[in-house]
Parts: sequence; structure tokens; C-alpha cells
Amino acid sequence: MDMDWMAWTTPTAIFFLCIALMLAGMTVWEVVSPTVEAKGFLPMRTTRGDRLFIGLLGSAFIHLGWLAATDASLWGASAVALVWIALVIRFG
Amino acid sequence: MDKVQDNRAWFLIIPVFLIVAFSAVIPLMTVVNYSVQEIFGPGQTFFVGTEWFEAVLKDERLHDALVRQIIYSLAVLAIEIPLGILIALGMPGGRSAKTSLTLVLLALPLLIPFNVVGTIWQIFGRGDIGLLGATFRAIGIDYNYTNNSAHAWVTVLVMDVWHWTSLVALLCYAGLQSIPPAFYQAAKIDGASKWAVFRYIQLPKMRGVLIIAVLLRFMDSFMIYTEPFVLTGGGPGNSTTFLSQYLTQMAVGQFDIGKAAAFSIVYFLIVLLFSFIFYTIITRTGEGEKK
Repeated sequence: MDMDWMAWTTPTAIFFLCIALMLAGMTVWEVVSPTVEAKGFLPMRTTRGDRLFIGLLGSAFIHLGWLAATDASLWGASAVALVWIALVIRFG
Repeated sequence: MDKVQDNRAWFLIIPVFLIVAFSAVIPLMTVVNYSVQEIFGPGQTFFVGTEWFEAVLKDERLHDALVRQIIYSLAVLAIEIPLGILIALGMPGGRSAKTSLTLVLLALPLLIPFNVVGTIWQIFGRGDIGLLGATFRAIGIDYNYTNNSAHAWVTVLVMDVWHWTSLVALLCYAGLQSIPPAFYQAAKIDGASKWAVFRYIQLPKMRGVLIIAVLLRFMDSFMIYTEPFVLTGGGPGNSTTFLSQYLTQMAVGQFDIGKAAAFSIVYFLIVLLFSFIFYTIITRTGEGEKK
């Protein structure tokens, strides 16, 4: 099947692959050990999936904010985002 | 006896999954692919990394359109939600001709296509042939939505209220009708005031429909395009140019596909963020009372 119309690039393919692997991993984790709603530093009780969503949404805005505020390498934003996701999933 | 685990029902969601993938997920993935490339035509694409995102995020016109959009959407919610609740509270209940007539009248603005609503208000507001414009002029107000930003803003806002408050009212009405009469009888026995009935019976029971109303009205108003485009064309100046109109100018007017794709993703993330915040706030409100 010709996929030219989707204009794939290697970085975007890796990005979507990571998202797909993350969702698959979360599904397996959920089957093995079902999530329990918990209350951490976030203002509401959240499931594991909620925390992943908040982590991913937050990291998207960290990248956008980084691009808007500084000309430094975007890897810096990715590092901050990884820390943010880890914090939200563990303590959120 | 152990409970039998049967997850075959999950297969039933495959058609929905395929439709959503075809109509939403794959197009969204394509937009992400476009957003990191310069697109000259089919097969003529060049990887530019995050260049378009930087251009979009540092664009002053986009900042202005975003501020306008947020103010507009908050104003829409601030007016339409309380007004919709008030109308629903005042509507006749039960099955009667009066109820049917009210429901039909309320549903009428919802049946009118967006571009027709814009045209109706364009004519309605004109000073020479429109009833609204002529009335304002007759009472000495120099109303002109084509050259006065404040007038244009108020007209676009009132047009939206006219078009969509019915939706909020109908949703709230459905919520109110689902309250069993026993609740009102108990409140009457306790000597509850009208305010207490509203605050402790009607409002909590309307929470579900209000979540839908707030989310729908927020998302719709945040993506508004047709009505202001037909009414004011985004003017005077750029005073009523909202995000989607700016996006259309970029994508269709300038054929700047890569930049428009980057803009679309930023736009999508903003809508997602606001919707998530509203949803979380509304679903949390009253949780303490339930326990």
C-alpha cells in the first residue's frame, strides 16, 4: 500500500512507535496488575492511565514552552519532560 | 464457583475503533508528519524539524488570536451556561402542548446551518435594512459592526448566544426532567427554599448534562469559524479573527501546509488541555457531597 500521502519521516515514525509501545505496555501492565485510583500531588484521584495522559499532555506543553522561550537544544525539554512524566506516574 | 471471564464483547468495538482510526487517528498522524516538513506538493517534502513550531509559537498574530479566542470562549460559557439553566428552570414540565411548543421553539436556532446564521445576523445588524441596526440608530446609538471592534465583538457574541443557548437549555431540561418527584416532595416537607432546592437537588442532578454542555460549548466556541467569518470576515482589522480563521488563512489562503499543520497541533493541544481542566473541575465538584 502506497503510504506517500502520509508523508512519513523517520523521527515521526519513531515518535508514533514509542506512543504505540507505551499504550501496549500500559495495557499489558493493566492486565497483569489492575490499577487502583490513588491520590498523590495532583489535585484529584487518578488511575495509572490518567497519570500517563497528564504526563504526556504536560510534556507536550513543556516542549512547546521550551520552543517558545529558548533557542537551546530541544533535548533539554525532552529531559525535563521525562522527569515530569516519571514524577507524575510515581507520585501524581 | 469462580466467575467466568468472557471478554469477547471487546470485539464489538472493532468497527468503532476502525472508523475512529480512519476518520481521526490517521489524519491526525498525517498532520503530525506534515508539521515537521516543508510541503511543496505530492512527493516534494523536506524535513525541517521543529522550525514550523518555533515560527508558530513566536507569531504575534497567533498570540493575539489565542487571547481573543480564550476571552471569547470564556464569555460564551459565562453567558450561555447560566442563561441555559435559567431557561430550563422556567420551562413548563410534563406532557402538554405548551411543553411541546417550547421545545420546538428552543430547537429552531439549532436547526439553522452555521453560514445561514451568519447571514441572518449580517442582515439583521445592518443599519440600512436590518431590524437590529435600524433600531439602534433610531434610539441614537451609532451601531456599526463593520467598523467598530466593540460592536463587532458584541454582535458575534450575541449571535453565538442566540444560536447555542438552546442546546444548553435543552440539555438542562432533560436533566431536570429526570429528577423523581419524591425529591421535591421531601424538600417541600422540609420547608426548603427555592434556592435550596436548586442548590441541593436540581444542580447536583444536572451535573452530568452540565459536563456535556460545558465541554460541547467550550470546544465548539473554541473552534468557531463560519459565523464570524460570514458576519465580519474577521474584522474590523483583526478584531474578530479567531484561531480557526487564522489557521484557514494559513492553510488555504497561503497554502502554508507545514506551518498550518504545526499550528493545528498546538491548537489541538490547547483544546485538549482546556477540555481536560473543565472535565476534571466539573466531575470533582460535588464529589464530597456524594460521600
